[in-house]
Amino acid sequence: MRRLLALIFILLTTAPLWAVEPDEILKDPRLEDRARALSSELRCLVCQNQSIDDSHAPLAKDLRVLVRQKLLGGESDDAIRAFLVERYGEFILLKPRFSADTLVLWIGPFALLVLGGFVLLRTSRQNAAGKVEALDSAEQARLAALLNAKDQSGSSG
Amino acid sequence: MSVELGHFALIMAFATALMQTILPMWGAVARDPALAGMARYSAFVTFGLVLFAYIALTLAYIGSDFSVANVVMNSHSTKPLMYKISGVWSNHEGSMLLWVMILVLFAALVALRGGGMPERLLASVLSVQGAIACAFLLFIILTSNPFLRLADVPFEGQGLNPILEDPGLAIHPPMLYLGYVGFSVAFSFAVGALVHGRIDAVWARFVRPWTLLAWIFLTLGIAMGSYWAYYELGWGGWWFWDPVENASLMPWLMGTALLHSTIVMEKRDALKVWTILLSILTFSLSLLGTFLVRSGVITSVHSFASDPARGVFILGILTVFIGGGLSLFAWRAPSLKQGGLFAPVSREGALVVNNLFLATSAVAVLVGTLYPLVLETINGSKISVGAPYFNLTAIPLFVCLLMLVPFGQSLAWKRGDLIGVGQRLLAALGIAIVSILITFAVTRGGPVAAPLGLGLGVWLIAGSATEIISRCYRRGLSWKVVVERAFGLPRSAWGTALAHAGMGITVIGIAATAWGVESLAVVAKNEPLAVGPYTVSLEQAFKRKGEGFREDVAQFTVKEGATPRGIIESSKRVHTGREMPTTEAGIVTYGFGQLYASVNEILPDGRVSIRFYWKPLVTLIWGGALIMALGGAVSLADRRVRIALSAKNKRALALRAEAKA
Repeated sequence: MRRLLALIFILLTTAPLWAVEPDEILKDPRLEDRARALSSELRCLVCQNQSIDDSHAPLAKDLRVLVRQKLLGGESDDAIRAFLVERYGEFILLKPRFSADTLVLWIGPFALLVLGGFVLLRTSRQNAAGKVEALDSAEQARLAALLNAKDQSGSSG
Repeated sequence: MSVELGHFALIMAFATALMQTILPMWGAVARDPALAGMARYSAFVTFGLVLFAYIALTLAYIGSDFSVANVVMNSHSTKPLMYKISGVWSNHEGSMLLWVMILVLFAALVALRGGGMPERLLASVLSVQGAIACAFLLFIILTSNPFLRLADVPFEGQGLNPILEDPGLAIHPPMLYLGYVGFSVAFSFAVGALVHGRIDAVWARFVRPWTLLAWIFLTLGIAMGSYWAYYELGWGGWWFWDPVENASLMPWLMGTALLHSTIVMEKRDALKVWTILLSILTFSLSLLGTFLVRSGVITSVHSFASDPARGVFILGILTVFIGGGLSLFAWRAPSLKQGGLFAPVSREGALVVNNLFLATSAVAVLVGTLYPLVLETINGSKISVGAPYFNLTAIPLFVCLLMLVPFGQSLAWKRGDLIGVGQRLLAALGIAIVSILITFAVTRGGPVAAPLGLGLGVWLIAGSATEIISRCYRRGLSWKVVVERAFGLPRSAWGTALAHAGMGITVIGIAATAWGVESLAVVAKNEPLAVGPYTVSLEQAFKRKGEGFREDVAQFTVKEGATPRGIIESSKRVHTGREMPTTEAGIVTYGFGQLYASVNEILPDGRVSIRFYWKPLVTLIWGGALIMALGGAVSLADRRVRIALSAKNKRALALRAEAKA
């Protein structure tokens, strides 16, 4: 059901054209591979949750062509990304860049894993050591009394 | 008339659910058996009333009663019967009614099978179920009523969205809901235990079958949704890390952790507090998933504002149940007694590690899904978190976990022998490494990760096989004895092995996507196009009329070398009524792989712009999920799991114990 709504949205908002059309493909297979890899990490800004590589919206096509032109012009992947971010904002990157804003996003899960592992290790050490709690003063007194009683009964017997 | 009766039954159900909430809990706390006994009967009555309301709505759909707004919006008099029935849950109002119906169905089942449970526990469990039902019934009645009538009755309905007219839709949402909502039982049991302050292995025995049942349905629901998106969306992907998909994956991950920790609790009386927390978290994620999708807050912040009543209402429900559950946990959990010590290297220890990885990956998915929303609320920056993020966070966690699975599966309870286990798994490890090497030698191209992924899958399967073999085979035993021993193994052992092997099969399918081939081209008639090991050529392009649609079809013949392997066709379809264009992908299965065709455009000069994929081993992805679910079902059939459900058995055991004494 959930996915349906997504589908409806996608299908209603996009023209019935296809992602990466035959005439867009670059002759140089290495450049084309780079274009595909790059465009799968760029968001189609008018779609719901699609990369420009998957989307058949006209804007996605424009961006794919733009990326390929820049690749042909000899620009590096990073330069192209930087250009697009300047033009459209961080929103265009499906893989957010590491920054103060995304610190929790990137570090969070792994920090949790490490923290969880640490807690587990500690509890299991305690368990393995057969964690014995210290007696409080009242318990100490009782223990002493019991031991005394035993000693006495032992000596009398 | 039946529509009004249905509407009325829904309101009545709210009243009885309220009764089911208050009286039994009072009875449980005040130790009044009469009040506590109310729980079961009110659960039955509530279920009966909601079922009545649901049937009333379904009848309105079947009879095409266009005086009901919901029917007008989502049905059409010429729809096939199946889509009239499934049309009920194709929309917000109807699917919420289905959600509640499954919720009260689970409550009624618990009441039915709960004869052997302590009366007070049963009363408080059903009371919590009643409270959830109350909240959602009120939500439906106040904000999403499917029974509203129209003053001006139209002559014809607007029809169902064509992409929803699919057998996939007919089964996918009920499956998913059975999974989502099934975890409510674990939640209710957890709250019940916290109210009581008593929790032990018996509790785990009662709760485990329900968790297992919910998990099986959720597994099937997710797999089905994935396959459905694969063939219906027409671009060949099967998982998009879309918020709606993540919403179902999070409860699955947490639920899988819960499933494993319940085993520890049942067998060894350990991990109690953690299991309670997991029960609460799993259902919280189910609720969160419902909220994310139903409020539309994720897909667009604006649709939240367009109907604030619904979003705010569900947010309220979320706050009450998640907040309430966790507060109760914080308050009562310290008073629960921890039991069952174990060495770090043991089955328990392995399951704890499993829980750590599963819970962390659920959190990674959660963080990735909600982060853009939270960040925008905090400082207004808009960012996107897409597939690349999840591939870098969740996937490594999955891989680490899966590498450890065969070890955990083979360790003994309490204190395991890692070296011994390593020796036993040596053969499995060897098989995995050999398959990696062979794959490297045979395939060319594709990322390095692909053969490694395949090896991981083989490792899981071989590890499961090792576990079964080592439990029934000893040197010197005759084959007859070995087979007897294999049959004599507890079904849960087979279930575990099947589920883990199923996961391995899915992993192999996923790894093999790296060797997929994509060919896109504009082709003329009889012009050959190579797609992996096959050659396709355009046979003809023609127009066709079907029931409720017309389409432009491109038909291709498939050859492998010179041998013809049949035809494949894909079409652009326009549905009459809504005039909505869709692309119908053509899929032909060869072995475990699939050839996938998706037409882009049929040009006026008769040439066809087409996209072909060869996807080797792709069916293993869903096949593995089916085997996982089967493993769950086999576990569920285990006598030791069922015994907890049956009061009769319990009494018989007590009698036997007495006789012995």
